[in-house]
Amino acid sequence: MWLWIHKFGSPPHAYRLLGKLAPWFGWPALGLILLATWWGLVKAPADYQQGDAFRILYVHAPSAWMSMFTYVVMAVAAGIGLIWRIKLAHAAAAAAAPIGAAFTFLALVTGSIWGKPMWGTWWVWDARLTSELLLLFLYLGYMALRASFDDPQRADRASAVLAIVGVINVPIIHYSVVWWSTLHQAASVTKLDKPSIALPMLIPLFIMIAGFQLYFGWLICRRLRAEILRRERNASWLKEAN
Amino acid sequence: MTPRQKRMVTVAAILVGVGIATAFALQAFQKNLLYYYSPSQVKSGEAPTSRSFRVGGLVENGSLKREPGSLEVRFTLTDFAQEVGVSYTGVLPDLFREGQGVIARGKLRDDGTFVAEEVLAKHDENYMPPEVKQSLKPHAQATGATQAAGQGST
Repeated sequence: MWLWIHKFGSPPHAYRLLGKLAPWFGWPALGLILLATWWGLVKAPADYQQGDAFRILYVHAPSAWMSMFTYVVMAVAAGIGLIWRIKLAHAAAAAAAPIGAAFTFLALVTGSIWGKPMWGTWWVWDARLTSELLLLFLYLGYMALRASFDDPQRADRASAVLAIVGVINVPIIHYSVVWWSTLHQAASVTKLDKPSIALPMLIPLFIMIAGFQLYFGWLICRRLRAEILRRERNASWLKEAN
Repeated sequence: MTPRQKRMVTVAAILVGVGIATAFALQAFQKNLLYYYSPSQVKSGEAPTSRSFRVGGLVENGSLKREPGSLEVRFTLTDFAQEVGVSYTGVLPDLFREGQGVIARGKLRDDGTFVAEEVLAKHDENYMPPEVKQSLKPHAQATGATQAAGQGST
């Protein structure tokens, strides 16, 4: 077990393994996202109240889910890096941050586009929207903090603390619609009760979430490889490989 | 303790500490984080009278009246316990209709009428095709009642 972790933690091995893994995430992700796009836009029935406008859900909900999922991945990786002093874990956290920021941005923008016709406003400062915006700032702050250190080790440790502190925001985002009266509606799927969304609309949503999840896997493989290259640019194994 | 265990305790302590601090802070700001008041809260005088605030509830069936020749509308917001009369001049959002949950921002006039500057429709978490909605008609009223009860309890 420990041997395996150390082997994976070694940059050359991880670099090769990630290169082999990437297509196993990338191609299924492309397939599932295309399938879910067709299913969600064409095959799924229109909503009884919102008509076709509800279909933005197929981008909004998976993005919002991934924005929180990515943050937890980033915080856990930062924690592992901090406790076990594994450089690769810090590299993974660094690789995840811009992905998470992009998903958060997408969730906010699609929500805003939907909010204008449905609620009557682009933006409100209710607990759900505000906490999701805070998540975007946490990602951006994490990236800015990393960039402000020249020494990668100090950057790793300082930013890891920020990533861990910020993880408190994730349950707040999720439960914001339960704890406070918000304009944003309560959860339709991520609850113990049965989903409040009809099955023909739910299936493409699940396919899209699976697709986003695999897309994240592909992105992290690619980005982590790039991060390893950047950190190991003077290492001898890279020169030997060429 | 080994250095590794020490770091583990440090990370756990950060998480617990920040978690507790956040919980207290959110507790303290509970009132301000409340996005809207229910009609019951307005009637019992919990809502501010000097500044503008938001009130949320269902538009009571049959209460919507339009003033001829202007954009002014009047309707009643209810949480099935109390109700508040609202007057609003402007364009209403797509989802606005009787029986729909809405949130109005404005001021309470002395005569108890709420003069809204902005009306937002609150969408619920239910998504379904029209056919399903039709077949659920009797059931839908029941869920409407529980939703309003939930709003009233905040």
